Amino acid sequence: MTDQFEPVIIGFTCNWCSYRAADLAGTARVKYPPNVRLIRLMCSGRLDPTFVLKALSSGADGVMITGCHPGECHYLEQNYKALRRYLLLRRTLKQMGIEPERVKLVWASAAEGVHLAKEITTLVEEIRALGPLQWPTSITGNGKKAFLEGSSVKEAVA
Amino acid sequence: MSTNGKPKFAMYWGSSCGGCEIAVLNIHEKILDVDANFDVVFWPVAMDAKYKDVEAMEDGSILLTLFNGGIRTEENEHLAKLLRSKSKILVAFGSCAQEGGIPGLANFSNQRDLFTTVYDSPSTDNPEGIRPMYDYEAPEGTIHIPEFFHTLRPLDQVVDVDYYMPGCPPESHQIAAVIDLVIQVINGEAELPPKGAVIGAGVSTVCDECPRTRHEKHITSFTRIQSAVIDPDLCLLEQGILCNGPATRNGCGAVCPQAGAQCIGCYGPAADVADYGARMLTAVASVIDSQDPDEIESILDGIVDPAGSFYRFGLPHSMLQASKDAWKPSENGGE
Repeated sequence: MTDQFEPVIIGFTCNWCSYRAADLAGTARVKYPPNVRLIRLMCSGRLDPTFVLKALSSGADGVMITGCHPGECHYLEQNYKALRRYLLLRRTLKQMGIEPERVKLVWASAAEGVHLAKEITTLVEEIRALGPLQWPTSITGNGKKAFLEGSSVKEAVA
Repeated sequence: MSTNGKPKFAMYWGSSCGGCEIAVLNIHEKILDVDANFDVVFWPVAMDAKYKDVEAMEDGSILLTLFNGGIRTEENEHLAKLLRSKSKILVAFGSCAQEGGIPGLANFSNQRDLFTTVYDSPSTDNPEGIRPMYDYEAPEGTIHIPEFFHTLRPLDQVVDVDYYMPGCPPESHQIAAVIDLVIQVINGEAELPPKGAVIGAGVSTVCDECPRTRHEKHITSFTRIQSAVIDPDLCLLEQGILCNGPATRNGCGAVCPQAGAQCIGCYGPAADVADYGARMLTAVASVIDSQDPDEIESILDGIVDPAGSFYRFGLPHSMLQASKDAWKPSENGGE
């Protein structure tokens, strides 16, 4: 139990639906694993893909994006924009060598506390199975993220 | 080195193509101002000088160094550190020094695959399968060639950089304006911009300078520019061409869209853009005219190489910096 890999997951929630679903799960005492760190946005449409890249490059093993069900966006259609960005982001991440399954989009209304808790539990197990992402986070002299000194991999005459 | 009292100027190329040097020479008669106001002490493409000459200079004795090219080899890194210590003002000049540039696309691949492509592809004549060695014992002694690092880094991931000048290459009129500014500073007629500033460019996006007509965008399909008939006056993105104008810093004069080609993003991220690719991704995906996941996927199939298109110039300076394959060479049979 103690040496089991505990993934770190950043969850972006919408103020009008999924954040309240998480709240509801809490008040209804529905359990979900503590691996997810929820961040409230005003809408899934506010989710700049930069947030996902920053999370993954700063130590997160997975990201969960949540929003209102299609047709129910508080701001009319921003969740569709989130959907399109998510689908394109997955393709981009795949090319970077990151399993697309590490980023998941979930629709959850304010009444769906149980549903959200179930999705979180599933994602935690999926990412636990994938293993740690461990994106490099080395720091250079001027405080920026970079790779350390060159690789020691040497090529020899075949 | 001459001792004519003029401020000293240097220019160096790291991992780059030489286009930045040509762009500097392309400022025409302005190059005479460079000669009149500066003592050019080190510029391998234009004059003969040895690294040991630079090593012998006093720290901070060069007023202005334009460094183009990224840091791919031990030699690039050595010169970056050397010129940093010898220069008062170090400018990351051009896309490669600023954010990795085209050579930075190699950060999608690991070192071993890169070497295989170069030394072992079907078009390579290398029957003995010779690969370079960093150290070779010759009768005359050990020969050392600079190590090839497993990723490419922009200049500011290796040394402290004072200013950034984007472009592939920077536009000549922008170079001339920057040289004019430095000459004014020398004469006490102007002040330098704050450290870390992007110079020789605008603060908005390429779209801002683009004369093409724009409407609200509803994209139903993406196409490549070579397989489309292009309306000469309409926004390229509206025509389904993946144009990088919305995320790219202006200052070039939107020359590519005006010539009928899409912006490929050489001027780098616009002001306040943290990750260029994410900004492009947002701009492109948001205007897809569909609410159905399957239909969106089929529209996205029209973008054949999303990561390569969004990080054509800036992969090493992006948040992820390199693909997983590149930073874990051993996982793909490296060693």
